[in-house]
Order: sequence, then structure tokens, then C-alpha cells
Amino acid sequence: MTHEEALKAIDEQVKKQDLLVFMKGTTDFPMCGFSGRVVQIFRALGREPVGINVLENDALRNGVKEYSNWPTIPQIYVKGEFIGGCDITVEMAQSGELQKLLDEKLGPAKKA
Amino acid sequence: MTIEELVLKIQKALPGADVYAQDLTGAGNHFEAVVVSDALVGKSRLQRHRLVMDPFLEDMKGPLHALTIKTYTQEEWANV
Repeated sequence: MTHEEALKAIDEQVKKQDLLVFMKGTTDFPMCGFSGRVVQIFRALGREPVGINVLENDALRNGVKEYSNWPTIPQIYVKGEFIGGCDITVEMAQSGELQKLLDEKLGPAKKA
Repeated sequence: MTIEELVLKIQKALPGADVYAQDLTGAGNHFEAVVVSDALVGKSRLQRHRLVMDPFLEDMKGPLHALTIKTYTQEEWANV
């Protein structure tokens, strides 16, 4: 995968997925504590994110940092909008803003 | 990177900021920092994190693995 192909693939996924996490590992087997934490937070709110494992591909791992202009993984997108990384997700979950944002953008969560 | 270098970089980006930083691994590659600055007033979470992270974009490609940050204005910090 070339750099340009990676950026195009990232853009397609960002626009297509409602709740997207670029992460190290998968949602069922995160390979980094920060990535795992955001998946846990979304699941606790009754949301199942789509995870893209950036470890599968260097072009993807480097491409997403450039795409979002953000230096670290994980990176969270809701309905195509960049939310931030792990710290921001944790803060928003603690303040209740995250649940509000998800309800507004994606509709009510399914009962867990 | 040392804690002193980290603090100086943040204070260069945000003059006058109070920075409380810890080296979580002792290896200079994983830090946690609390940043208190009135330059953050009226900024969104994303904007705040970008302001603090921007000086570290190059470091993040190599020696710096993770920088966990919490940001506060002086007023928010006083009410924590």
C-alpha cells in the first residue's frame, strides 16, 4: 500500500463508519493500554466501535497520523468528525459529554 | 527526553503555563503532564491537546512513545 492509497483508504473509512477507532490491535484483542481503554469506554456506553488495526500496515499507521494531524494512536472518529485520542475520550466520558455526543450523532444506544 | 526538557517545551508553546510532569516509566519515553494555563481559556478539548502536543510531533516519531495530558485553565485548576 502506498502512502496515497493509505490516505484514501483512511478517508473512505472515516466517512463510512459511525464510530471508528484507529488502534493498535483489534477491538477484541487490543495491543496497547490506551487503545484498549477507549474500546472499553465505548462498550460501557453500549456502543461497539469499528476498530482498524494500524499495526497491520506501516502506511496506514503513518498515514492516519498525517490524516488527523495527530501524533499518537488511538484516534477516534464519530460520524467523520475527529474527536481526539485516549485522554480526550476519557475526559469526555467522565464529564458525560461523550454519551451526549454519541446520542446526538448516532441516536440512542442499544440496551447492553 | 527528561522531565525538564518536556516542561520547557510546553512552557515555550504556552508561556507562563504551570506544568506538573511525571516520567511514568523512568525511561524518558512515557510521560504524564498536567498543564495549567489561561492560554487555554475558551479552547475546545481538541484545540487544547493540539496546543500542548504540537511541540512534540517530531519527538513522537521516535523516542517519545506516549504523553498523557490533562489541561486546565487557572480557574478550572482552582476548582478541581
